[in-house]
Amino acid sequence: MRRSGALLLFPLAVLLSGCDFVVLAPAGDVAVQQRDLLVVSTLLMLLIIVPVMALTVLFAWRYRQSSTTATYTPDWDHSTKLELVIWAAPLLIIICLGALTWLGTHLLDPYRRIDRIEPGQPVTQNNKPLRVEVVALDWKWLFIYPDYGIASVNELAAPVNQPIDFRITSSRVMNSFYIPALAGQIYAMPAMETKLHAVINRPGTYTGFSANYSGAGFSGMRFAFHGLSDQAFTDWVAQAKGAQSTLTRETYLELERPSENEPVRHYASVDPDLYGAILNLCVEPGKMCMNEMMSIDAKGGLGLAGVRNTQPLQYDKLARRGAVFGSDPSYVASICTAEEAAAASRAARNDDEKSWPLRDLSPLRGVGLLAPGAGSRRADAEAPSFGLLRFEL
Amino acid sequence: MPETLTKFIFGRLTLESLPLHEPIVVVTFIVVALGGLAVLGAVSYFKLWGYLWREWFTSVDHKKIGIMYMVLGLVMLLRGFSDAIMMRLQQAIAFNGSDGYLNAHHYDQIFTAHGVIMIFFVAMPFVTGLMNFVVPLQIGARDVSFPFLNNFSFWMTVGGAILVMASLFVGEFARTGWLAYPPLSGINYSPDVGVDYYIWALQVAGVGTTLSGINLICTIVKMRAPGMTMMRMPIFTWTSLCTNVLIVASFPVLTAVLTLLALDRYVGTNFFTNDFGGNPMMYVNLIWIWGHPEVYILILPLFGVFSEVTSTFSGKRLFGYTSMVYATVVITILSYLVWLHHFFTMGSGASVNSFFGITTMIISIPTGAKMFNWLFTMYRGRIRFELPMMWTVAFMLTFVVGGMTGVLLAVPPADFVLHNSLFLIAHFHNVIIGGVLFGLFAGIAYWWPKAFGFKLDPFWGKVSFWCWVLGFWLAFMPLYILGLMGVTRRMRVFDDPSLQIWFVIAAFGAVLIAAGIAAFLVQIFVSIRKRAELADVTGDPWDGRTLEWSTSSPPPAYNFAFTPVIRDNDAWFDMKRAGYRRPLSGFKPIHMPKNTGTGVVLAVFSVALGFGLIWYMWWLAALSFVCLIATAIGHTFNYHRDFDIPAAEVARTEEARTALLAAEEARA
Repeated sequence: MRRSGALLLFPLAVLLSGCDFVVLAPAGDVAVQQRDLLVVSTLLMLLIIVPVMALTVLFAWRYRQSSTTATYTPDWDHSTKLELVIWAAPLLIIICLGALTWLGTHLLDPYRRIDRIEPGQPVTQNNKPLRVEVVALDWKWLFIYPDYGIASVNELAAPVNQPIDFRITSSRVMNSFYIPALAGQIYAMPAMETKLHAVINRPGTYTGFSANYSGAGFSGMRFAFHGLSDQAFTDWVAQAKGAQSTLTRETYLELERPSENEPVRHYASVDPDLYGAILNLCVEPGKMCMNEMMSIDAKGGLGLAGVRNTQPLQYDKLARRGAVFGSDPSYVASICTAEEAAAASRAARNDDEKSWPLRDLSPLRGVGLLAPGAGSRRADAEAPSFGLLRFEL
Repeated sequence: MPETLTKFIFGRLTLESLPLHEPIVVVTFIVVALGGLAVLGAVSYFKLWGYLWREWFTSVDHKKIGIMYMVLGLVMLLRGFSDAIMMRLQQAIAFNGSDGYLNAHHYDQIFTAHGVIMIFFVAMPFVTGLMNFVVPLQIGARDVSFPFLNNFSFWMTVGGAILVMASLFVGEFARTGWLAYPPLSGINYSPDVGVDYYIWALQVAGVGTTLSGINLICTIVKMRAPGMTMMRMPIFTWTSLCTNVLIVASFPVLTAVLTLLALDRYVGTNFFTNDFGGNPMMYVNLIWIWGHPEVYILILPLFGVFSEVTSTFSGKRLFGYTSMVYATVVITILSYLVWLHHFFTMGSGASVNSFFGITTMIISIPTGAKMFNWLFTMYRGRIRFELPMMWTVAFMLTFVVGGMTGVLLAVPPADFVLHNSLFLIAHFHNVIIGGVLFGLFAGIAYWWPKAFGFKLDPFWGKVSFWCWVLGFWLAFMPLYILGLMGVTRRMRVFDDPSLQIWFVIAAFGAVLIAAGIAAFLVQIFVSIRKRAELADVTGDPWDGRTLEWSTSSPPPAYNFAFTPVIRDNDAWFDMKRAGYRRPLSGFKPIHMPKNTGTGVVLAVFSVALGFGLIWYMWWLAALSFVCLIATAIGHTFNYHRDFDIPAAEVARTEEARTALLAAEEARA
């Protein structure tokens, strides 16, 4: 019996040994901590699950009808002591697990800057984070390196043991940015920005992908994530800088069109305002940026005049039809020039202390409406920001 | 001119809308059409139309409606499972550069349809059917509070199912995943009819579900037999009450959110668009405010089934009745405070995430208490391992694993690495199959003799049981493993060949489940053939404890000749112990509701309305809407809604039973 059991287990062991349990053996410190929490929680729960399963089997066997020795008490249906145990045992486990959860969730909040590279190696002044702006496109990933002025499609590289600071958005629909070896996932959503802080500890090539179904080309929306030594990363950057193409608003609009299984591509230079424009849905010339719209609205809006400030949509992302009874597809026209918008966007990005700039549109203020938070607008670097609307916490 | 006319008549429906270019769909259509014709032919040949119309389709009898719900659930299970096995096959072969046999257009519809059908048109009809059949019997009532509404609710559910089935052959279904998140489900990215089928199928079925929820709440609150206080209600009735409270409180949210999505798609509002101030995150929140209570809507009644079954087959009173009731109520309330755990990864702050994570964990406390209560009901019992009890033990061993992985997913940092992975898929199939489906099979085996007067064949039942249980573990354990390898859901092709073996194992599990479903159908067929052998004339084949076992099997239309009086929570067991004797005389006429075809007519107009809206056939939509309202108003003028069963007929029915019981006693 025992031997046949072992024989049964053998193929399973072979199968399991051939597997890459990346979630259980990740290469980045954040994912390692998430794994630890996963394992500890499981063990904690097994404290109660195993006895329950054992008791189920035991009682089912012991009190079977054919048993002649088992006691039978058909009217016994209450015991205060037992009830107390029944409610208290899961409660105790959940108290422990709840405490773990509260701590773990705050410590491993993807919006929080990481404070250690590895166990025992805190982040210091020297560990300047690598900034990467991630855009989920249909159906490929665009990575912009604002510090280097380069960009790549479907390939991401980062030096090992250096904090990485991801800003994530999407061009059209929801996706989820996930590199299992590096850190947990976070959604990529259009007109909104999510953040992820992580670090990779072991050099190597890992898989990244979208973990949220986004349409026909979803399965091919995968990219390689290279953890590189400092030297190799410098080489990678140099290689990208030597690429033929550059990423401007025009080339972005080409790239943005739906396509599947895109090969890796590098861009030697990137329009520095591009990411802000993608995030604010205003890459197309003449379209009002979301941040601009929001700051106008925050000042009371344009009133009835604003209703007319739309233009028929010329560029059409898909075969856009518009709603059958709705007005024709349109967009809100920008009321400042492209240069003004770009300058404003740059100013905002360079100055973390200030919120995105508000153009002085005071004559446009709606009657009786106060600009929300006009006096005390203060952007907390760690506050979740959805698009450019920063929540005041 | 002819072109504008065609466009007016058919809206956007053209010949190209028929999926003639998809050979798989064409073959399916031929099979379904031939099967359908065979059924229609048989019904016509045996001249059953009149019988079906009079005795079933127009019936307001809660028992018949309950059975029709079960039939609907079973038919849709076959469709939903076909989708499942197609997905398993695709994922098992789409490796090493192979594109599998399904293109993205088809595959994406399949996984969407699988989810929608299994939740809305399999689990919901099964659960509603069970509650419909059992609850009035358990509380000693003669029918539900609003019998016509009950019939109408059923046909609206059928209407939704018809729309989903129509999408297979006319046009296409949504390619968005079963919750149709915008912006993907918005008009910009899903301009075709798929999402419109989704919206209107759910809206039509949602009317039915909401009304049936109201109906059952009223029934339980107002129609209990004298002496049945709230704390003497059978536990299945308690869980049904909580489920229907959940339905009534959550389905309007679904209706509202789908209406907002429909407005975005039809009239160009911007609730969930990217531009013009829309925010898709609102949709995600709203749909889960319905969606999380929904999973408790599904599981709570089955918790009730397990309680009844454990107590009956252990020959013992249910351990901790009071704490069981409180646990159910606590789960009901808490189920509204956890919806955000479905999207921890949407960027809420750490405090919000931990709040929802911890509330989710708290739900496991009452659920754990329930588990212990079943355990201690078995403790010092005398357990008969009939089919319902086998399903219950399998449930207990399976569900705890699903519960554990569920709590694990409630820890936000763990969720960040497992969200949307196959681990998640394995988790919710573990609780839905291991909880809801096992419970349904337990309930069907348990109450079948009550509904039809004969037991189900145990041999084929056991075959089905082992195929299901082993098939489940074989199909979903590999998905847990794949999830830990970082494999995400809804993938159509894979590039890592080392994963393939697990998908192949999972596919074998699915085949085993298919055998389980087949064995279940064989079981029904064999049982009907052997019904004389399996017959039960006592009406109480399991030595039951609750009121439904006090009447005959199948129960007469009026359920109880005399309304029983309740003194204890195991009412029938108490009556038996006190030496209860059936009254044999003194029968009075019984006031009953009359059958009506209005429910069918209203549902037909609703389907036409949905179809018109989906295909932009505005004349059809307008016409059927007007007819719908007119019929509804017209029905209020129907004053012939009730009749009395004469005392003589009641006496005849009861005397027939007396004779049967005497014959049985003489034989024994």
